[in-house]
Amino acid sequence: MRDDLQLISDWIPQGATLLDLGCGDGTLLAWLGEHKQTRGYGLEINQDNLAACFEKGVNVLEQDLDSGLGNFQDGRFDYVVMTQALQAVLRPDQILNEMVRVGREAIITFPNFGHWWVRSYLAFKGRMPVSSALPYQWYNTPNIHLCTVQDFETHCRKHNVQILERQVINRHHRSGFLAKLWPNLFGEIAIYRVKA
Amino acid sequence: MPQQIPADSVGLVEPKTHHFDTPLELECGRTLPAYDLVYETYGTLNSNASNAVLICHALSGHHHAAGYHSEDDKRPGWWDTCIGPGKVIDTNRFFVVCLNNLGGCHGSSGPSSINPETGQPWGPDFPMMTIKDWVNSQVRLADVLGIQRWAAVIGGSMGGMQALQWSIDYPERLSHSVVIAAAPKLSAQNIAFNEVARQSILTDPNFHGGRYYLHDTYPRQGLILARMVGHITYLSDDAMRMKFGRDLRAGRFHYGFDVEFQVESYLRHQGEVFSRNFDANTYLLMTKALDYFDPAREFEDNLETALAQPSCKFLIMSFTSDWRFAPERSREIVDGLVHAGRDVSYAEIDTPKGHDAFLLDIPEYVKLFGAYMHRVANEVESGVNTVENTNA
Repeated sequence: MRDDLQLISDWIPQGATLLDLGCGDGTLLAWLGEHKQTRGYGLEINQDNLAACFEKGVNVLEQDLDSGLGNFQDGRFDYVVMTQALQAVLRPDQILNEMVRVGREAIITFPNFGHWWVRSYLAFKGRMPVSSALPYQWYNTPNIHLCTVQDFETHCRKHNVQILERQVINRHHRSGFLAKLWPNLFGEIAIYRVKA
Repeated sequence: MPQQIPADSVGLVEPKTHHFDTPLELECGRTLPAYDLVYETYGTLNSNASNAVLICHALSGHHHAAGYHSEDDKRPGWWDTCIGPGKVIDTNRFFVVCLNNLGGCHGSSGPSSINPETGQPWGPDFPMMTIKDWVNSQVRLADVLGIQRWAAVIGGSMGGMQALQWSIDYPERLSHSVVIAAAPKLSAQNIAFNEVARQSILTDPNFHGGRYYLHDTYPRQGLILARMVGHITYLSDDAMRMKFGRDLRAGRFHYGFDVEFQVESYLRHQGEVFSRNFDANTYLLMTKALDYFDPAREFEDNLETALAQPSCKFLIMSFTSDWRFAPERSREIVDGLVHAGRDVSYAEIDTPKGHDAFLLDIPEYVKLFGAYMHRVANEVESGVNTVENTNA
């Protein structure tokens, strides 16, 4: 399982109810269902991913995150999870509000655009950064709203979203000493647990 | 039949009839003392009867869902695209059952069959049927076949409504419910279209109050008109544009009321063929069954309460261009199931083909439906859900 998914699964307690936004092939939901008896649904629009979820027996609903979560009631889920999709939605601020409305807590992961590699790539090469966390070219990237750890935290403070926990993992996918000390510089992927 | 039976066809099939002597109490308050159900099966029932799948038909459907009846058949059963060896509903893995619903005109007891009390066709005296009644009759067929629990109950359109009703009324008797291009109840517009279809039949001078059998005639024109109206709702605006556009049959205007545009020709042809093969009283009865369908009604009009009854897993599918039962209608079902915390997956197939899409070979549809059924078959073969199958 992807490192950020591994970290998330550690945060989710036994028997929790989940909504996984952009659930991909259902890996996280399947793993949590099996190991922690969680129940829930994934939202996905990619056909291959839907088919993979169907095969796995993961509940998945074809629904575009950009059309909101209006069909889910307040506090319907223990956790609303969104991994590596915040930067790809039309309005990250609105989806974040929806997540903390529908979930008692929300877990979000995104690639940190403040990471030193990204900064130096742009600074020295003068080109849009490409890395393992950001594998696309400028013209085909689905990532339209990239942000840094600092951007995200400033936004949360301004909009009364409480940050309960933060983890950053570095290029070697470890939660190293430097990344703990200077997350905005040494964290490649940021993982947050937040609530309204 | 084609020169050679395709490898993925169930081949030549034969309908069977079962006579039921136990009276069936109906929602309308009347009782059907005895009745016949005609059905077909494809594939082989496994030793613990856990691989059975029930196919519920739509408005103009019947028990002949796959394969051919004779070498002379030009076309296979109505859902041959999805049922057969290696197909979405894989007859190498599933035992597939499809029946003609009560009130039908393809062999099961209905208005055109003989009322034993009078020795004459039932006609308008055949009791009004509902989706719930059909499900009750299907339960009896399942009992006869030794199927305690269906691996899946599957249907499109009106068939989807039966699959949904099954999950509410007999939660312990199915593992999966597959509801395609359906709705939790008809809208006013849906009922309005049905009413136009019914009025065209009821006002046909050959209808004779539904006793046209005795006059050796049938309301042909009414049926044609009913089907033409229905057919418009099965296709989308885009599908019609692509299929016919404003194409003219003779390439020029004739300034008259004969068939000029291709779309007119198509609709008349569809109506014509239908009128020869379908009983008018059955059409009236089945459209009413659609209109009455509203499972929430029993639960103080609360769909979420109704959808808290099922314990099976659901696949709900809709088609983007379906305006008869639009995706929003399927999402009502999905939202209700999510609210009730039920296991549900939902796919919205992007196609211009309209309501009829559920019968067609659309790659995305076949792929997703197939992936789901693959999992159902895997569950059957790994022994999930078989505990209660003791009747086999």
